[in-house]
Amino acid sequence: MLRVAFLIPLLPIAGSLVLLAAGRKLGNPLAGWLATAMVAASFVVTVIVFAGLFRLPVGARSYTQSWWTWISSGHLHVDMGILVDPLSMTMAAFVTGVSALIHLYSIGYMEHDEDFPKFFLYLNLFVSSMLLLVLADNFLLLFLGWEGVGVCSYFLIGFWFERDSASSAAKKAMIFNRIGDAAFLIALFLIYERTGSLEYHTVFARLGTVGEPSLVAIGLLLFGGAVGKSAQIPLYPWLADAMEGPTPVSALIHAATMVTAGVYLMCRINPILYRAPDAAHVIAIVGAATALLGATIACAQDDIKKILAYSTISQLGYMFLAAGIGAYDAAIFLMLTHAFYKALLFLGAGSVIHAMNDEQDVKTMGALARLMPITAVTFLIGWLSIGGVPVLSGFWSKGDVLLNAFGFSPALWAVGAVTAVLTAYYLGRAYLLVFRGEQRWVEARPKAKTGLNPHDPSWVMSLPLVVLGALSALGGLINLPIHPDFDFLERWLSPVFASRLFEHHFGLGGVWAFALIDAALAVLGVSLAVALWARTAERPALEPVFLRRAWYIDWAYDRFIARPSTDLAGETSSVVEAKGIDGAVNGFAFLVRASGRQLRKVQTGYVRNYALGLSAGLVLILAYVLTRAS
Amino acid sequence: MTSQLLAATIPDAITFALAAVICVVGALGVVLARNPVHSALMLVMTLFGVAVLFVEENAQFLAAVQVIVYAGAIVVLFLFVIMLLGVDRSEVISAEPLPGQRPVAICLGVIALAEVLLLAHGQWPTGAKSVSGALASPADNVNQIGQSVFTTYLLAFEVTSVLLVVAVVGAVVLARRPRRLRDSADLAGPELDPDDVVGGDEPEAGDPDAEAASEEADDGPNKREGALAESEVKAP
Amino acid sequence: MSIAASWYLTLAAVLFSIGAVGLLIRRNVLVMFMCVELMLNAANLTFVSFARKLNDIAGQTAVFFVLVVAAAEVVVGLGIIVSIYRRRPGATADDIHGLKG
Repeated sequence: MLRVAFLIPLLPIAGSLVLLAAGRKLGNPLAGWLATAMVAASFVVTVIVFAGLFRLPVGARSYTQSWWTWISSGHLHVDMGILVDPLSMTMAAFVTGVSALIHLYSIGYMEHDEDFPKFFLYLNLFVSSMLLLVLADNFLLLFLGWEGVGVCSYFLIGFWFERDSASSAAKKAMIFNRIGDAAFLIALFLIYERTGSLEYHTVFARLGTVGEPSLVAIGLLLFGGAVGKSAQIPLYPWLADAMEGPTPVSALIHAATMVTAGVYLMCRINPILYRAPDAAHVIAIVGAATALLGATIACAQDDIKKILAYSTISQLGYMFLAAGIGAYDAAIFLMLTHAFYKALLFLGAGSVIHAMNDEQDVKTMGALARLMPITAVTFLIGWLSIGGVPVLSGFWSKGDVLLNAFGFSPALWAVGAVTAVLTAYYLGRAYLLVFRGEQRWVEARPKAKTGLNPHDPSWVMSLPLVVLGALSALGGLINLPIHPDFDFLERWLSPVFASRLFEHHFGLGGVWAFALIDAALAVLGVSLAVALWARTAERPALEPVFLRRAWYIDWAYDRFIARPSTDLAGETSSVVEAKGIDGAVNGFAFLVRASGRQLRKVQTGYVRNYALGLSAGLVLILAYVLTRAS
Repeated sequence: MTSQLLAATIPDAITFALAAVICVVGALGVVLARNPVHSALMLVMTLFGVAVLFVEENAQFLAAVQVIVYAGAIVVLFLFVIMLLGVDRSEVISAEPLPGQRPVAICLGVIALAEVLLLAHGQWPTGAKSVSGALASPADNVNQIGQSVFTTYLLAFEVTSVLLVVAVVGAVVLARRPRRLRDSADLAGPELDPDDVVGGDEPEAGDPDAEAASEEADDGPNKREGALAESEVKAP
Repeated sequence: MSIAASWYLTLAAVLFSIGAVGLLIRRNVLVMFMCVELMLNAANLTFVSFARKLNDIAGQTAVFFVLVVAAAEVVVGLGIIVSIYRRRPGATADDIHGLKG
């Protein structure tokens, strides 16, 4: 049964190939249905393989399937093959599942777009790359998927490339990603050099022979790659700009899947991090700092997608915090639930944007709850979930992270706690400004008033909202800490993490205490939001400029790195290229022409001169013969 | 070398000396004569000298052919053309339009000669023996050459005959006056250089000259053909 | 006993150089042609001398062919000269420099 695992990435690839060839012919909406069907089929196969894996005894839950030899050069041997184990299947399951829902949603969202088939081609390509990434059994194939998702992200962010802002954003995403990829590559070189292989099993088996400094370096370099891909400090500004892409793209790539690749990587290399605690600590600290930073910025944003973008950055910070501590299962748990509610929030935002005729400023919305009930309810669930309100999935997953954080270092816990309050607060602000209060859009856009008819979208867009809402609400059930029998996820993932999982030493009482604290934090955040924003939309004191401008970090990058680089490029182009290199090349051509002109003078046209030349040659030949003869 | 010369018989030596002098004087005459007709006649002198030397060298057949073909046909041809084209005016030999040509030419000539003479004293590079027959055999010269040409070098012989046909056809085609130019001003030669030292007759001085020349030119190819045919018949 | 071959060869060399220098110095096309004939004769003389020295008839056969080819060459060459003279009467070797680079 596990043998069908190869279909998991193959189906979306097949979908994208078909769309590449015949997408335009299939048109709207058939292309969309084809793509959705492919991903849904992939999800079905994933479930089947999942079940197959589940049937195996705990110790034997690792299955490799090698398709063909990719590289065989000297000692380097890399196969195209996949690894089916609990971690990869968990990832594959939620990637395909959430992707299928978002594909469905996109059929409705992109309905009026001219390049409808192209969108789905890119989406399918993205899903297949992501699946290759999570299913790979060696670092190089992972990197292939890594790059693949990066490229698809570029395509999709810049989908409406006629807009300058969109194509710039795509470039920005690519560049930031590349910086991370450079670190990733160096890590690959180091791994190969130290262990002689790039396959997970082999590398992890040989870690004992590698010195700790190398392991720390590898860990930090791979984290560098993750920083780029998952938008942590310092490589996070691209994610906010990436909101230029269509909303389903933001939901899929920049919330649920691509950005989680970094976290997946950290979990995958847990044997390395276990042996390199310094690297792991750095990861945890950076994660915590990013979580706080993202949350603060989100408090003062007006664009609904930007709020969600910074929220993603913040939540990813939590995941890295968990991974850095060693609580990998908590990180995966949070990743899972985050995928549900963040995708939900983005899709809901998409509905609102659609309904408001592509308006994204929350200050010009308001009181949409009655007009768009499904969207409002699901958004509400999403908010409460991410805020950590009890019983919803976020409560459990974030609670897991915070619990382990405190066990590791109370300081980190404190940062996480503050962030949790802020999370509940800013998302509440968003919800209230959009769905409650007054219909500010009536005065803000008087011209649009007559044409504006906010309502819930069609079933293709509403169904995913409902499904994700349900998952956000109930997703926590897979890993309840209240009783050892209920932490399914932790037990499921245990073969991957084994003894390297961080152990907090709180008994059941401690767990309940922290649960209460988490609930208190959530309630605090929610009430702050309600108190401050339920009735009014104008509170400039709470939205200082430095927060609006994201602590001026992006501005600093532009001013001190991007501008000088562009100037340098300009200099190089006008001086080095035009005068130096072109000068050399043209100079060479000039030399050839000039020498030709001089040599031409030999051709006088007079026969007697030519005869003279012949005689001179004769004399030389005779001289040669003379020297040889004697 | 000199000892060998003295060892040779007196008649041979005298013959050689005389023939050599004739050859060299003739050669110098060809090069230095102002009038091309004189050059041609000096050439005949050289050719005769060479023919004598051929006889001296036991190549009687070749001597005969030399006289008949070279002196008898080729030089005659030269004279025909010289007369036909009116090139018998003298060339101003002292002026040399191309800078440096004369001194360099003489230099090179002297150097080449010196080199060859130096080689004469050393080992003459000779290759492997050929498979043709021996020279000093009882059969006479004509027989020997006949044997060689018609057996060993048969292909060359056949190809050479084709070459002759081609040459004849080529000459006819080349020297044929194109019909359309008969009445055009081309006859008058508009590109005549004023400072051309070998000036022909003033072409503008009436067509009769040009016409006469063209008529002679018309006959020219025939005459030439005839001459060639004669030489063909006479040469074995 | 005959004259040694080297004398003939020396004579041939002298004839050849005279012919070569003449070719380079004279401007009249026909005289240049005659100098070429002179050089050919020098070569013929060399061939025959070697034929005698090496006791091989091939040298004389070579002369035979050289003679024939020289005749053909003269025919064609004079044909060309006649064509040239028709265009430009009184042309010398220096007047035909159309291939000047």
